[in-house]
Amino acid sequence: MILGLFCFLSLLTIMSALSVILSRNPVYSVLSLILCFFSIAGHYILLSAPFLAVVHIIVYAGAIMVLFLFVIMLMMRTSDVGLTSWVKRIGSFFVVGVLGVTIVALMQRGTLVLPRYLASVEGSVSSLGRVLFGQYAIPFELSTILFLSAVVGVVMLGKKS
Amino acid sequence: MTWTQVIPAEWYLILGTALFGIGLIGVLIRRNVVIVLMSIELMLNAINLILVSSSAYHANLSAQVFVFFIMMVAAVEVSVGLAIFTVIYRRKESTDIDALNELKG
Amino acid sequence: MLDLFFIIQKLILVSAVLAITLVIAMYTTYAERKLAAFFQDRVGPNRAGPFGILQPLADGLKFMFKEAFIPANANKFLFVLGPSISMIAACMACGVIPWGSSLMIMGHEVPLQIADLNVGVLYLFGVVSLGVYGIMIGGWASNNKYALLSTIRASSQMISYEIAMGIALIALTLSTGTLSLKEIVSLQHGGHWNVWVQPLGFIIFIICAFAETNRMPFDLPECETELVGGYHTEYSGMQLGFYLFAEYINMFVSSTVMAALYFGGFNFPFLNSLGLSHNLVTLLGVGVFFAKIFALMFFFIWIRWTIPRFRYDQLMRLGWKVLMPLAIFNMLVTAVLILL
Repeated sequence: MILGLFCFLSLLTIMSALSVILSRNPVYSVLSLILCFFSIAGHYILLSAPFLAVVHIIVYAGAIMVLFLFVIMLMMRTSDVGLTSWVKRIGSFFVVGVLGVTIVALMQRGTLVLPRYLASVEGSVSSLGRVLFGQYAIPFELSTILFLSAVVGVVMLGKKS
Repeated sequence: MTWTQVIPAEWYLILGTALFGIGLIGVLIRRNVVIVLMSIELMLNAINLILVSSSAYHANLSAQVFVFFIMMVAAVEVSVGLAIFTVIYRRKESTDIDALNELKG
Repeated sequence: MLDLFFIIQKLILVSAVLAITLVIAMYTTYAERKLAAFFQDRVGPNRAGPFGILQPLADGLKFMFKEAFIPANANKFLFVLGPSISMIAACMACGVIPWGSSLMIMGHEVPLQIADLNVGVLYLFGVVSLGVYGIMIGGWASNNKYALLSTIRASSQMISYEIAMGIALIALTLSTGTLSLKEIVSLQHGGHWNVWVQPLGFIIFIICAFAETNRMPFDLPECETELVGGYHTEYSGMQLGFYLFAEYINMFVSSTVMAALYFGGFNFPFLNSLGLSHNLVTLLGVGVFFAKIFALMFFFIWIRWTIPRFRYDQLMRLGWKVLMPLAIFNMLVTAVLILL
């Protein structure tokens, strides 16, 4: 059953991701990306990280994608601007092909040694909080400065000069 | 345990690589600025997925904290990116990324 | 493990919760019209059945049999998707509400909660943030200026008030120390309601709940005098019914959440000193919980027919310059008091 769930979620993830980059209408791209994020949240739950799954939904589906949808609905005609030059298009497939071959080759040669079993670790709120506010307290505080600078920057950009 | 013996860790790696590849293709072939930004989000999420799976398989919560930080940075990146895009759109009336070529020599 | 009893029990619970939610949402429309009539010294609906009690059914039937018209220039797929998403997002929050403690049936303990997530509060917050999609998609797909304007209003309003709401919830979880709704409710046992601990947080939360459900002082998205009909200008038939219905479900759900988070949920005074059996106490608790919910819903309706609508800039100023600093202040005070 878990295997079936994994396959279903993976198929959904890949299909919606493809639909993001292949849709002609940007609104459909946004909606497929939301679907993709939901299926990734499903993967997080399968990997026993419920906190990250919920935060993922809140941050991505609840905030970031609303922003995308907002910008597209407000300021874009849905007509498409088309694709880049064919050199770049062929180049992109070449790059991705090389990436895929590298990963598969690494796995085949046994350079990537992956564990077989899941250790009993749960990404619960308390255990994650202990790591976040213990070992990573300073990066966490620094990220608030990043947020503040982003807020100031966006307000400055948004002002009509 | 029960189900982790069923799903090998490699599968998550392959899924993450596929997602990353799709995002990369999207960045390279699309000219619409918003879709390029969305493809970048796709790539970030591919990394997140691999990090969470390795966190689960290696019993190390640090990877999940990294995912948390990546989400934060993604939120900041999108808000600033879309604000810049809005300013550009107001000036150029275009969503085409290739229209921004004034610095080309 | 997943045994048959567990699956049947959850299936019954899910269908019961869904049915109760829909029936209550239906009869809220009736209550709203009756109370509005009372406030305005009228009689209200009184034709269908005694005291007009069948009025919601008649309304529902009317919505069913009307033609679901789709405008020619609308995006057909998204036009239908919008109301569906609204409805689903409104119903999803019921999944983590603890409706009662537990019943003993045939020697099994059956908790009256569909899922006790250990991130329940965050789940609620996530579901609330999804509600905006139904409005955005439907309003944009209508291809109508007024619908688009109201979509912009609705989504910026909901996003703005989510922030203050989230910070109020952080203060609440600081004082309770858990994110599980079941634990939050059981911590309020014996009159230790969170509203006494977090009065400011509750006031912020209820104002944000009004804004999130697009209810009266903040119902600018469907402000008739400026925007024709709001985001559902182009809708008719059951699709319009879904939008209106989702609003009432949202009202019910936010009353439920407030009753559970701030008013002790299914706890009532002298809970265990009555000497009743476990099942009877649980059922009484469910009744008390619903009484609290209905009181809060009455408050929603009361405000709607008493207070005039805000102007849009006033709404935004209230959200960003009053509620958000207040919520941060509340969170800081709570954190300092816990440290001391």
